[in-house]
Amino acid sequence: MSSTVVSTGTRPGTLGTSASRPDGVAKVQGGFAFSSDMWADNMLWGATLRSPHPYARIVSIDVSGAYAIDGVATVITADDVPGKLTYGLIVQDQPVFAAIGDTVRYSGEPIAAVAADHPETCQRALAAIKVVYEVLTPVTDPEDCVSGIAEQIHPDGNIFRHQRIISGDTTIVGAIQVEGTYEIGMQDQAFLGLESALAVPDSGGNGLEMYVATQWLHEDRKQIADCLNIPEENIRLVLGGVGGAFGAREDISLQVHTALLAMKSGRPVRISYGREESFYGHVHRHPAKIWMKHHADSNGKIVKIESRMVFDGGAYCSTSPAVLVNGITHTQGPYKCDNAVVDGWAVRTNNPPCGAMRGFGVVQACFAHESQMEKLAAATGLSPVEIRLLNAMETGDRMITGQIMDSVAPVAQCIRETDAIPMPPPMSSSADLRTIPGGTGLTAQPSNIRRGVGWGVSIKNLMYSEGFDDYSTARCRISDGVVTIKFATSEVGQGFTMLAQQIARTVLGVDDVFLDTIDTQVGSAGSTSASRQTWMSGGAVQAACRAALEKLFDHIAAKNSMNRSELEIEGTDIVDRLTGLRVAVHAAIEGVDIDCTEEYHHPATEDMDENGQGNCHVAYAFVAHRAVVDVDPELGLVKVVQIATAQDVGRVLNPLSAMGQLEGGIAQGLGLAVMEEIIVKDGKVRNPSFTDYLLPTFLDVPTVEMVFIEEHEPKSPLGAKGIGEPPCISVTPAIANAIRQAVGRDLPRVPIRPYDICL
Amino acid sequence: MSTNIPVSGAAQSHEMYSLRVNGLVHEVEDAWIGESLLYVLRERLGLPGAKGACEQGECGSCTVIVDSKAVCSCLVMAADAVDTEILTVEGLGPDGALTDVQSAFLSEGGVQCGFCTPGFIVAVHHLLENNPQPSDDEIRESLSGNICRCTGYGRILEAVRTVADQRRQNS
Repeated sequence: MSSTVVSTGTRPGTLGTSASRPDGVAKVQGGFAFSSDMWADNMLWGATLRSPHPYARIVSIDVSGAYAIDGVATVITADDVPGKLTYGLIVQDQPVFAAIGDTVRYSGEPIAAVAADHPETCQRALAAIKVVYEVLTPVTDPEDCVSGIAEQIHPDGNIFRHQRIISGDTTIVGAIQVEGTYEIGMQDQAFLGLESALAVPDSGGNGLEMYVATQWLHEDRKQIADCLNIPEENIRLVLGGVGGAFGAREDISLQVHTALLAMKSGRPVRISYGREESFYGHVHRHPAKIWMKHHADSNGKIVKIESRMVFDGGAYCSTSPAVLVNGITHTQGPYKCDNAVVDGWAVRTNNPPCGAMRGFGVVQACFAHESQMEKLAAATGLSPVEIRLLNAMETGDRMITGQIMDSVAPVAQCIRETDAIPMPPPMSSSADLRTIPGGTGLTAQPSNIRRGVGWGVSIKNLMYSEGFDDYSTARCRISDGVVTIKFATSEVGQGFTMLAQQIARTVLGVDDVFLDTIDTQVGSAGSTSASRQTWMSGGAVQAACRAALEKLFDHIAAKNSMNRSELEIEGTDIVDRLTGLRVAVHAAIEGVDIDCTEEYHHPATEDMDENGQGNCHVAYAFVAHRAVVDVDPELGLVKVVQIATAQDVGRVLNPLSAMGQLEGGIAQGLGLAVMEEIIVKDGKVRNPSFTDYLLPTFLDVPTVEMVFIEEHEPKSPLGAKGIGEPPCISVTPAIANAIRQAVGRDLPRVPIRPYDICL
Repeated sequence: MSTNIPVSGAAQSHEMYSLRVNGLVHEVEDAWIGESLLYVLRERLGLPGAKGACEQGECGSCTVIVDSKAVCSCLVMAADAVDTEILTVEGLGPDGALTDVQSAFLSEGGVQCGFCTPGFIVAVHHLLENNPQPSDDEIRESLSGNICRCTGYGRILEAVRTVADQRRQNS
């Protein structure tokens, strides 16, 4: 497509500029319609009854008490599910509602739902439903599932997936060996915009329209249609405003319940979760236990890695098999390694279900390999930077899966650029209390505080893996002077709607680009996850715009006697390179009617064989993090002082937006490092609230000093890599390594709690 | 569960009172007395700008101004806010125009998903009215009751600095 120029322009709103968000004004004024702001005439409120037990047989359910309450319109249980009784992203093993005679498998599992005239009425109705349970002893230790001694808690068994990787010469023994067992706690995505959906039934009762905050409209629609037993085309799913996602909206939560209540009551129904219910309503990051042993030669070059990983998937499958594969295939990190033996399990327990969260299995693997790199540095006498540079992966390297690294792989450059970022000044003896560990609690003595510096470097796959064709679709219409782009890509806050406009402005040479409603009236965009939408939906929007441009060129060449093959876009003009004749695009599109829908597919990937060999990932991105922390070792208090990072981004399409992705991801990785954990005891969540589940505040997140490594990725339609996940991956071990350096302890588990440091 | 709960729908109670929000008096009719100010603003008065994200005053998404104080509207009973002056994000900008704080959040990249944004906007206005030239530490501390999960706060810090600079230059 030589006639199209995709250049880093300076024209406002094009690629490479910090364009304005199309949703920005509404968001700052409070008028942006999040799914929890949706409202319809005659609307009922819905609510869900959940099991208080992690494992119990349901003996009976009596809903008559709920119906006796004024204002209650409908109560539904498993008996009211007309279609498929289960849902799930990969395996449909999660009941819509647990049925009488069946078991609930996690604390918080849905049993019934009500629709009523007021949220408070709903709560009273839920309290009036009588459920008799036969309480069973929950399976809570993943190792009992690996060993097989645990009771089978689901007909599908307790192993979601077992996969190994055997690579190269497994008999090699390194002159230097370091090993450790590492644990990663259960992190919550904790998006602020709670789960919410509004379902509006069609008047004929055959279908419905639904507004929902989700990451993947078409996948939701498929699962809803299956459970309702109606054709997918009878459901129009519209994206309700999404208040963050981070993986937690990939699975079904309230979609089917809301739809069922609306269909049964014949009235619009909205369910909006509260924060506590949100902790029960969506999957979390898998807690994992990882043993790793690195073999290196006497110079510190890695010659073999052995690892064993166990991911606790909780009660239902969700994306556990894919999370596991991401974990084990990223065992080596961004380092060269020819030989490996890796064994990984994702298992079913009666703990809360786990699935997608930003970083998707790689966060866990990275915490282990970057903890190991610190040990390897110590064992070889090299610095953290030297050991990483010595082993840094490059394009063309063969990975432990046998896949050849064919992405741009500037690992060494990420490390060097990060290393070149100036260190923060030392803590002064008169430091503001707000900047020292413990803050204004006046607990830490400045003279006791120790500073530490730590490193983390990571590799992250982009897009879906193992043969999955997660294509995206976009439509470009030019109608009587107006350019409109349509797609089903979930805008979750990342700014894809802004990027789509930037692409269209750049490709077509127009300034005004309208965005159609994000819904299922166009082909699938795939999920807003796996750092994939800039690449995939960006590719689709670019392809649709280019197709439309070709038709526009056909039209304009014939109309103005221009040389068709010589036309190109220059700024906002169509120019004939041969004659110099130019026509303004805004004039050229008057009276034109063009409509192009295009799909973008990434190169095909493969399944892994039984030895974990295969080209299972599409592409990769890299990042380095350096953390500086101040620690009070006596009180176990940590203050992260600075994060320095250099990230392989391919190409910066929107500088402000890219900065926001890096800073936001780093804050989440900081949370996992020092504060965020869903505490589960005997299968029960002990801290399902923002009072007890701690999130990084303005005072906790330090200044981020960043460098973008811009080497355009030839495989990517826009030259850009996905940048959403890498920021949160290696910052966690960087902070852990910094704390370890400051206090001289192993600290094999994140989050690192005060008592891990001081007791 | 408990048998003490009266078997009647919550919407059966018919409380009536009025609230003064953004300079206008709103009649609240047929309300349940247990409704929070956040609920009444959002579900009864058509002012959805304040957001609910934690229901316990931890996240600041529901921040509004009541009698010159920034409060979490999820922790205020609506009926208890009678005879106060309530200011929400919808009442900040005159006639649909952006305030300097709103403009700076956009120009400096302080908005991603936008769910925390209205609460932040209200909190920043409140901060700068009380402390027109805050230090970075003062900005961080005074906004530490507003959680943002998307931005990592860096661009929000930049937005607040920008407004403080602009106001200093204009004064």
